Amino acid sequence: MIPPSAGDQTEMTKPEPSIQPQALNPAKPRSAHSGTGHGITLEKLNAYYGSQHAIKDVSIKFLANQVTALIGPSGSGKSTVVRCINRMHEEIPGARAEGRVLLDQEDVYGPKVDITAVRRVIGMVFQRPNPFPTMSIFDNVAAGLRLAGQRGNDMRERVHEAIRSVGLWDEVKDRLNSPGVGLSGGQQQRLCIARTVAVEPEVILMDEPASALDPISTLKIEELIDELKERYTIVIVTHNMQQAARVANSTVFMLDGEVIEHDETNKIFTNPSDERTERYVTGKFG
Amino acid sequence: MESSAAGAPHALLTAGPDARRRKAVNRFMEVVSTAAAVVAVAVLALVVISVVIKAAPAINLKFITSNPQVSPFGVNTGGIANSIVGSLILIGLATAMAVPVGIAIYTTEFAGSRVSTTIRFALDILNGVPTIVTGVFVFGILVLGARQSGWAGAIALAIVELPIVARSAQEVLELVPNSLREAGLALGLRRWRIVLRIVLPTAVGGLITGSVLGVARVAGETAPLLLTSSVFSNLGVTTNPSQAMPNIPITIFTLSESAAPQDHAQAWAASLVLILFVLLLSVTARTFHERSRRRLRG
Repeated sequence: MIPPSAGDQTEMTKPEPSIQPQALNPAKPRSAHSGTGHGITLEKLNAYYGSQHAIKDVSIKFLANQVTALIGPSGSGKSTVVRCINRMHEEIPGARAEGRVLLDQEDVYGPKVDITAVRRVIGMVFQRPNPFPTMSIFDNVAAGLRLAGQRGNDMRERVHEAIRSVGLWDEVKDRLNSPGVGLSGGQQQRLCIARTVAVEPEVILMDEPASALDPISTLKIEELIDELKERYTIVIVTHNMQQAARVANSTVFMLDGEVIEHDETNKIFTNPSDERTERYVTGKFG
Repeated sequence: MESSAAGAPHALLTAGPDARRRKAVNRFMEVVSTAAAVVAVAVLALVVISVVIKAAPAINLKFITSNPQVSPFGVNTGGIANSIVGSLILIGLATAMAVPVGIAIYTTEFAGSRVSTTIRFALDILNGVPTIVTGVFVFGILVLGARQSGWAGAIALAIVELPIVARSAQEVLELVPNSLREAGLALGLRRWRIVLRIVLPTAVGGLITGSVLGVARVAGETAPLLLTSSVFSNLGVTTNPSQAMPNIPITIFTLSESAAPQDHAQAWAASLVLILFVLLLSVTARTFHERSRRRLRG
């Protein structure tokens, strides 16, 4: 990683692209969104579960402020890839990853990198909505902010802002103090997205975020993804090819832990270069 | 009882050739399992009813609130207040010492799976050690060469209590869905923070239940106390754990060994006090438990 240049930035520096190298340094507060997003580059990523080689030499570029979809049959390694990006993969006993995952130019597996900082810059939304059961709607969204030592009006504003940004405000504004688990599945998932957005990450990983939801909630999530890409770089794993076609700028097709093809979504679904991709998107296997 | 009917046939329109036999087996199993359940409940009811009936002559407010007074004929005409206080102190000390929740948290949240399995195994073994052995162990270490004391009694009780509480806490913590820990990790929370802010609050009802069940279990333990806190000349309330402390189980034991029928009634009354104490604890624990389960289901 590029060593953070010490002391050259005061806390209130105007947002500018040059702050990127500090993004993973917990000591430096990150500035508010600059409008220019941050891309992710995977270089020769290999991941293992014990002796099982799950991801083989995967190199992908996820462009800033774009939605990239990962598609492929079950077990093709889509989820493992996204879990390597925010270093959640290594939380599984026996699992490890090799290779480089670059946020802009900075390796998230670099020696000086703080793992919790990685996860705050690269947020994650899971397949099943998982709001914290003992917390209210408000507290759920505030959970990540409280960790950063935020208190008072400032934090309250950011929580409200996050809830608004996922389109949940009108539905919950009168019951911010009731339990988060009292919401419907779709609302819970948007609550989880709000929780992720509240800490102002640069990248949002979504691991099949709508697969446990009904069609109307799914539609809302997809609309939300479209809005979120204005501010965030989004990587979405999906089983649903229509969904990939609807939300993604580019699509990666994976098979058996390898990237078979990465291209513009349109091309993947209408005129793929690889025969295996074509067979998958036309429903001949998988 | 329904479960035993799982194998019962639901033939579509015609019964199969062996349907009659299966129905008979089903009927038989239903009767057997119902009977087993009835027996279990009946035993409990018999114990409680006989204790209540036999305690009736001796139980009253004075019995609970006054200290023992030995009449010239060697019969207790007072109460067991000193034993109640002593038992509460012993149990309190034992519970404080067990600090078992710490171990449980360690095993599920921080330890690797091998360490965790080892600790779990050790706890199960400890749970299986007969309490008289625990008593002898503490007797050999703390009482021989010194004297009986509340501390020795409390430590013996703590050894009995620890595996019960730790194992139940472990199970409750494992019930907390992993997805919540993952959600915390993905927000950049550190592990200890996830444990404090997310895992423990989610599991608190179950943790309390487990602790209370452990307390209820040691409340009636007699064997370890026989060897560590049973010889007391003091008929008043003892609050100093460096002396042997009167306690309910030993009092029941002593009174029931007495020749006087009045003492026997008092032994039953003391048993009733003990049962009510444990019952109260269990009901409280169950209530917490239910609340916690509901919360976990969401």
